[in-house]
Amino acid sequence: MTDDDPPYLYEPYVGTRLRAPTQTLVLLPHTKTELAEPVYGHDAVTAADADLTNRHEGEPQGQRIVVSGRVLDADGRPVRDSLVEIWQCNAAGRYRHDVDQHDAPLDPNFDGAGRALTDSEGRYRFVTIKPGAYPWRNHDNAWRPAHIHFSLFGRAFTQRLVTQMYFPDDPLFPYDPIFNSIRDERARQRLISQFDLATTIPEQALGFRFDIVLRSTPFEE
Amino acid sequence: MSLGITPSQTVGPYLHIGLPESREAAPGGVRVSGLVLDGAGEPVPDALVEAWDASGAFARSDTRDGGRYELVVAKPARFGEQAPHLDVGVFARGLLKRVVTRLYFPDEAEANAADPVLAAVDPGRRSTLVAVPGADGSLRFDIRLQGDGETVFFQL
Repeated sequence: MTDDDPPYLYEPYVGTRLRAPTQTLVLLPHTKTELAEPVYGHDAVTAADADLTNRHEGEPQGQRIVVSGRVLDADGRPVRDSLVEIWQCNAAGRYRHDVDQHDAPLDPNFDGAGRALTDSEGRYRFVTIKPGAYPWRNHDNAWRPAHIHFSLFGRAFTQRLVTQMYFPDDPLFPYDPIFNSIRDERARQRLISQFDLATTIPEQALGFRFDIVLRSTPFEE
Repeated sequence: MSLGITPSQTVGPYLHIGLPESREAAPGGVRVSGLVLDGAGEPVPDALVEAWDASGAFARSDTRDGGRYELVVAKPARFGEQAPHLDVGVFARGLLKRVVTRLYFPDEAEANAADPVLAAVDPGRRSTLVAVPGADGSLRFDIRLQGDGETVFFQL
């Protein structure tokens, strides 16, 4: 955690009010446990897990996209061979989840989950569809900007990160308390992917680039 | 060179889509379960609890069962001055970033008394970090995010 992270308590995001710890955090030295490299069964991840558009007979509705980038640490070193998990709603703004009661259609050809391992340069790549915006009940007329949830393990538990990737120029940014819980403008901007012609596939899919920076560990690569 | 880190965001209420529970229980492991509770003492059914030890062994459970999680973990060895412990991370809707705590074992009173991390914690709050033994050899470890009996959380 650093100052670029949001606080636990951010009043405009109502969900934080009864869940944010109130006591001062105790500093935890980085010992063997905190610096252990997670063991989660790499061999179970296959290349097909990174394509969210090929799970069913038909193709999902919506704009096909490629989301790719590099995972680095704060010293600029690639975070290699580490698990990246993503999940998202469909193009209509509906999650395949019991709790989601938004009156928008489910897509029989879209589940919304993927995972990948970073390569030796820290690169990852997913093929999916652009998620829709959706309403939530945080405040009157509240809508979440389109986003993809990201979970990263890094190479040590100090690097563990769960975040959300957004899309450029979303008109909902000024109204979203989750996005705006990050006080620092430059830090907020790091959650916005960039359109990338170089990874756009002609006649096929738009490319978006999202590089992720995890905190550094004392390990030497 | 120092790059700005990518900030954290909440895991949200739909975390189960992308973050499946661990499938393989540690052989001969200890069953650890408990409730994740909010500041009103209500169970938190949309949390994810992760535990790991110094060998990197990792397990995670969601709390869809009425705020309750359950993990099967191998009890780690003592190392250096530290008593056997697990690091525990919790993500949830309403948590903009992970909370991190530690689980210590109730049958290690002597080692716990000498543990430097426990020693740095207010004595009145240390008990929030020690699991409670169950009749069947399992352990109970509730996590109170806020309020009375708030679990001690760490800054990593």
